[in-house]
Amino acid sequence: MLITEMKSKEALLSLTEGKKVFLINCHGCREVFFPLEETEAFQKELKEAGQVTGTLTTDYICNPENLQLRLKPHTEEIASADVVLVFSCGVGVQTVAAQMEDKTVYAGCDTCRLPGFQGVTPLEYNCNQCGECYLNLTGGICPITACSKSLLNGQCGGSKDGKCEVNPQMECGWERIYRRLEEIGRLDALKCPTQIRSFATDDAVAK
Amino acid sequence: MKITDLFAEGKFVVSAEVGPPKGCHIESLLEEAKTCLRGVDAVNVTDNQSSVMRIGSLAVCKALKDEGLTPIFQLTCRDRNRIALQSDLLSAAMFGIENVLLLTGDHTKMGDHPQAKPVFDLDSVSLLHTVRQLEAGTDLGGNPLVGEPPSFAKGAVVSPCSDSVDAQLAKMERKVNAGAEYFQTQAVFEPEKFIRFMEKAKQFGKPVQLGVIIPKSAGMAKFMNNNVAGIHVPQEMIDELKADKEKAKAGITGVEIAARIIRECRPYCQGVHIMALGWEDKVPALLEQAGI
Repeated sequence: MLITEMKSKEALLSLTEGKKVFLINCHGCREVFFPLEETEAFQKELKEAGQVTGTLTTDYICNPENLQLRLKPHTEEIASADVVLVFSCGVGVQTVAAQMEDKTVYAGCDTCRLPGFQGVTPLEYNCNQCGECYLNLTGGICPITACSKSLLNGQCGGSKDGKCEVNPQMECGWERIYRRLEEIGRLDALKCPTQIRSFATDDAVAK
Repeated sequence: MKITDLFAEGKFVVSAEVGPPKGCHIESLLEEAKTCLRGVDAVNVTDNQSSVMRIGSLAVCKALKDEGLTPIFQLTCRDRNRIALQSDLLSAAMFGIENVLLLTGDHTKMGDHPQAKPVFDLDSVSLLHTVRQLEAGTDLGGNPLVGEPPSFAKGAVVSPCSDSVDAQLAKMERKVNAGAEYFQTQAVFEPEKFIRFMEKAKQFGKPVQLGVIIPKSAGMAKFMNNNVAGIHVPQEMIDELKADKEKAKAGITGVEIAARIIRECRPYCQGVHIMALGWEDKVPALLEQAGI
């Protein structure tokens, strides 16, 4: 089981300021706690400011085929948006980002771990439920799961021909991130402040 | 002595590397350093290089310092969390070690204890950030240090011949912003690639030492090509090593190649860093042939 928490309003506003936004909400797994009230209040404000081109509220966006089908009726709304803001667990955000190669896709939530029954969230997928979603700095590719060393501040010297030296079957996660940021014109995201991960599991000290 | 002071004086700074042994006796390492590396400005001591367990970098740095050499303490994030890293940095400062080289480190899977837990609590960038914070008198937890804070020449690494050089440059910029004051590079065998890299890297305004390995044989060159990220030995150099096996074995060919690379790259960089990998005795000849 996991919990999604909405990122701070300030953090989200800094991503959406002056931008047209397409919203995606995933109410999929009932095992996942979803911050319904906060996200609705935040989205209402965005709508009132005239920034929202469309909204898709659906379930199981972690399933790529399902997501594709649900997105189809919104093609134009998505095309007219500058950014796509996804309120889901980290798996959902990455599934959306993978389907929108030329769009900036942002995570509206952090995904936290809660031990026990995992519901239907595909565990082998690429969200570590670390509690502080970095996808907004990395073009929607998770550096914690896509990099063998879970590096947060860029590529190490260990990639050869685009592959990770730890596992030659695996693409270098940071090369993927770099290429993705290049494609969506967001290489400036690499100039963000130094990131230091918190491994605290206690809410009081985690952030 | 801080290596950054030498760069500031406009000196072409030469450093060489020693690899601590797997064992607690370092007499021969010290002897070699004293005889072969007297002429270099500073001596890097690797930190469990290639994730192979050895005697500690800090201890060997202290021993080198006691012999009158200037050590560069290499510190990686693979084996220690942020508490241990900061603690070792304070220990280094207590020993009067003034130069550090801060790296992420190879993955544990690459070494002789592949079952070990890879730590990577911090990475090279956040470790640089941490050192700068210690220098400002506070630890990473925000707690004040007692007494005068430490002060280091903070070095970092970059891989100029990597096939993803743009991503490397982006990382280099993050390191500069986190406090890196000088750079040592992965070994270069393609001077033209290095020169192209330096044209972009000079915007950061930090001194860069060209990384040099003395190639020992055609086999070693091919091994590096297949297994070491960021290194590519061109075929003509491999042929050169193959041409006269005795000459290559004696180190003459390798020294010739390495000296040529240094001469070609020297106008574009601020120093050289030699990774002799057991051929420390060839360093004086290399420096002489390179005209340093």
